[in-house]
Amino acid sequence: MAAQDVHFSIRRIGAVALRHLYLMRSSWPRVLEMVYWPTVQMILWGFITLFLQNNSSFIAQASGVLLSGVLLWDVLFRGQLGIALVFMEEMWSRNLGHLFVSPLRPYEMVASLLLMSLIRTLIGIGGATLIAIPLFHYNIYDIGLPLIAFFLNLIVMGWAIGLIVSGIVLRYGMGAESIAWVSVFAIQPLCAIYYPVAILPSWLQPIAWALPASHVFEGMRELLLHHTLNIAHMQWAALLNILYLGIGIAIFLGYFHTARKKGLLLQVGE
Amino acid sequence: MMTSPQVSSDNVIEVTGLYKHFDQVCAINNLSFEARRGVTTALLGGNGAGKTTTIAMLLGLLLPSSGKIRILGENMLQHRYRLLHRMNFSSPYVDLPQRLTIRQNLTVYGHLYRLPQLKQRIEELAEALNLSKLLDRKYGQLSAGQKTRVSLAKALLNEPELLLMDEPTASLDPDTADSIRTYLEQYQQRTGASILLASHNMAEVERMASDVIMLRQGQVVDSGSPQALIEQYGRTNLEEVFIDIARHKELN
Repeated sequence: MAAQDVHFSIRRIGAVALRHLYLMRSSWPRVLEMVYWPTVQMILWGFITLFLQNNSSFIAQASGVLLSGVLLWDVLFRGQLGIALVFMEEMWSRNLGHLFVSPLRPYEMVASLLLMSLIRTLIGIGGATLIAIPLFHYNIYDIGLPLIAFFLNLIVMGWAIGLIVSGIVLRYGMGAESIAWVSVFAIQPLCAIYYPVAILPSWLQPIAWALPASHVFEGMRELLLHHTLNIAHMQWAALLNILYLGIGIAIFLGYFHTARKKGLLLQVGE
Repeated sequence: MMTSPQVSSDNVIEVTGLYKHFDQVCAINNLSFEARRGVTTALLGGNGAGKTTTIAMLLGLLLPSSGKIRILGENMLQHRYRLLHRMNFSSPYVDLPQRLTIRQNLTVYGHLYRLPQLKQRIEELAEALNLSKLLDRKYGQLSAGQKTRVSLAKALLNEPELLLMDEPTASLDPDTADSIRTYLEQYQQRTGASILLASHNMAEVERMASDVIMLRQGQVVDSGSPQALIEQYGRTNLEEVFIDIARHKELN
């Protein structure tokens, strides 16, 4: 009956994703929640933009700069949360024991988490961006192809943080759950979402430049204000993301190994 | 002692010099045992004797501090993923996702084992385990007995050559427990599968197990067939033997 084993199976990755899609399908409030917060944020910043358009020459030049900032920041936040929530769902339901006596590899689990994070982020941010079109006559898709580079760089940074957070929660238990909600806000002031890196104190600027998100938001402002895409910013963001995603995967797999040493896969739960 | 290939092929599990330490606590202390292919072996012992820890190590969920585990002739610690699709596990203490229906849960696990003709397999198992009418009910809405049957269906999806079960009939009424034991016996007769069973139900062990391994403080203190142990200890049933061993009254 058992199929021959393979090292990397799209079907196994899809199986874990399917489990979470079933969960989403059975609960419309879950789907609504994904769209709700990005939309609330977008509406808030949309009205702030309308107010500032008449009171700020900077906003008058590029009215979409705040809305783009808030929507793109949510890509990072939702990307991170998508990983952490999906993984914690397995812990809450005490399902890790069954999952890891199946032939599912830890790196296939990582791939499933990334896939589910992508789906959840597209639903959440996609909804908010579409609502912004009639509400504020702002279409983020007018950015064109660079939007893909912004989106990818931000979601990958979110993935790296999400994997580290998930590893910590696996290792230290559900008591560390709050890290999933607050960790990303610790770096938010350094990501230059609404202001340039140059505003930061000089000693903080190197730290800001070490974050892929700072390059994305600087690149976004250059594009909206000067209509030029600074390729160097995108290259830096991509290089840093490769590094951080590698670190995120290594930390998650390292904590997974520790969980196997300590017997945590059978013990975790609510 | 040298082990001949013939002897090795008769054993589905071979555990040698296994240790597991949790910080300063030694949970498994130089554990060695073998389980024969095609029969049911029961792992018995009081609470904290090391049964669940041993099963977790056999499944690869827990890494031993030292020692060797061979399953189906392969080194479990080195070739875990060659073996996992030939094994499965059932326990009332490890849940399946509560908000998924039985059908959805079995579908997810069927895909994890990359099974062909999955829908048909789920229908067959549901029929055999009297779950057909419940397939579209959420797992969290089921009774303890129904959940145990679902857990067993999940464990049998891939028709495992080795089935590890941690107290498979705990908290079940006698009728449901009996039907599960009967199904497992039929499954074993049909497929030649091996079962390793951890249980506190001595009547169940006497009925199902050909071999018994008695654990105390992470070590094997005695082993043999249920009947041989009963005779050896001069008792009338396995429960009395269990109590003797748990209370350190083993034979000199």
